Amino acid sequence: MAEILVLVDHTDGAVRKPTLELLTLARRLGEPSAVFLGPGVDAATEALGRYGAHRVYVVDAPEVDEYLVTPAVDALTQIAERTGPAAILLPSGPDGKEIAARVALRLDSGLITDAVDIQAGADGPVTEQSAFAATYQVTAHVTQGVPVITVKPNAVAPEPAPVTPAVEKQDIDFGPAAAAVRVLSRTPRERGDRPELTEADLVVSGGRGVNGAENFALIERIADLLGAAVGASRAAVDAGWYPHSHQVGQTGTQVSPQLYLAAGISGAIQHRAGMQTSKTIVAVNKDPDAPIFELADHGVVGDLFEVLPQLADEIERRRS
Amino acid sequence: MKHVPDATADRTFTEDGTTDRDSVDSLLSELDEYAVEQALRIAESGVDAEISYLTIGPDDARDALRKALAMGGDSAIHVSDEDIVGSDAFGTSLVLARAIERHGFDLVLCGMASTDGTMGVVPAILAERLGVPAVTHLEDLAIENGTATGRREGDGATARIQGALPAVVSVTDRSGDARYPSFKGIMAAKKKPLETLDLADLGLDAAQVGPAGARSAVDAATRRPARTKGEIVTDDGTGGAGLATFLTTKKFI
Repeated sequence: MAEILVLVDHTDGAVRKPTLELLTLARRLGEPSAVFLGPGVDAATEALGRYGAHRVYVVDAPEVDEYLVTPAVDALTQIAERTGPAAILLPSGPDGKEIAARVALRLDSGLITDAVDIQAGADGPVTEQSAFAATYQVTAHVTQGVPVITVKPNAVAPEPAPVTPAVEKQDIDFGPAAAAVRVLSRTPRERGDRPELTEADLVVSGGRGVNGAENFALIERIADLLGAAVGASRAAVDAGWYPHSHQVGQTGTQVSPQLYLAAGISGAIQHRAGMQTSKTIVAVNKDPDAPIFELADHGVVGDLFEVLPQLADEIERRRS
Repeated sequence: MKHVPDATADRTFTEDGTTDRDSVDSLLSELDEYAVEQALRIAESGVDAEISYLTIGPDDARDALRKALAMGGDSAIHVSDEDIVGSDAFGTSLVLARAIERHGFDLVLCGMASTDGTMGVVPAILAERLGVPAVTHLEDLAIENGTATGRREGDGATARIQGALPAVVSVTDRSGDARYPSFKGIMAAKKKPLETLDLADLGLDAAQVGPAGARSAVDAATRRPARTKGEIVTDDGTGGAGLATFLTTKKFI
């Protein structure tokens, strides 16, 4: 069966959910093998096997943490040359996309980024992407070399398919370019008690209408009641009311949750580009002409400071 | 820089799956303005710098160069050739790399992505082709002692990263607000040198770029059906409860 390489996204062996989604998608195309870079493989192997990784290729070299992107490019390229995979899948973050692009260049392969679905086709994987602020759906395929594909989080629900992986250490010949960009310091994003924005099934976001950092407590209350991640519009982030890592939009995080609740967000094109593929969208805004209402499955024209507390009380009442 | 269809307009694809550039007005990609701004700040910091802008595109892509020149900077290069139309990131980066090598460089500054294709991979591929460090996705940038240093918001972590010049650097929309061209700047831009090159000038042929050189193909581009207009209610004091009922019927509560 054709081997599919999946680059593992992890922090010290804690595998992030998008990797489990990649393994799930990889099984449609062949037999998944995980490529694990850095320390912590022992902690990760069980999770990778649970989602169908038959092999785990490990590169535990200091270069991977000390330098940006290029050591991973060396590792993935050389493992691909040794194993001859039918496809290579990576997560669609800044790191994943840059690794993918450089690996594709070195392998003389084609590249597709930000896939939201992959199916097996007669001539290899067929991808689906969203384009132009998610107003278009594009299907595409790679025409040259090993298809290298980055996949957005939440493209598919992770499905277990337990196997016991063979763990194989891989020695990599790091080229001079591997040490090109030094990582002076690295601060893992704080995980907190709420789900991560990229991985969350539910997202509650606040915008300009929230009108102050302290008022985000209201957004957080709804998020906690629903078990949702907290998002923010660029206006709210630029105003300093919520951290940039929570920004939803074209230049922030692009989300595609089951539920997106937008409060005090008008819905500028850049914001819509980041949340338009959400399955169910609800909006609360004072302005009846806010563009967000064009997307909303349920919209409330009203003051979020009246609507949201009532919603919170009502959720608590219905649960008790 | 990239001259792109206005992101706030209704953008469409042509029959062959490429961007329809005739149906809406194009302008300098907003995300590239941040790169222009950083270049100007470096020059203003007292470094002896010459700023050249580079774009690929049809005749009207010069508008993007004129916009950048109006913000500041010295000269511009416009690569224009029918055969480049339909290039993927590999073809585009090949043309850019050849033009950059021809001109010479200490620093290549890019936006984090274009606002039309949004792949965000050209800076990394460009660095790989030029054989220089890729110091990418920076929220701030400092050029000192022959290095580029900045803060990068990566996949799971925020990092401070550093690479030696010459290098390719890309900056995000958090790197600092881009300035508006002044009237004086707009007038001055008209007199700044603008060189036009074609594929032959760069020693490239048609097979290396455009659809012929592309490594992926679009099978179909279909407009997503418009979302069915939902129920929009005006809050009469029960809006929150109504929203809870909606969320309950959808099984979110």
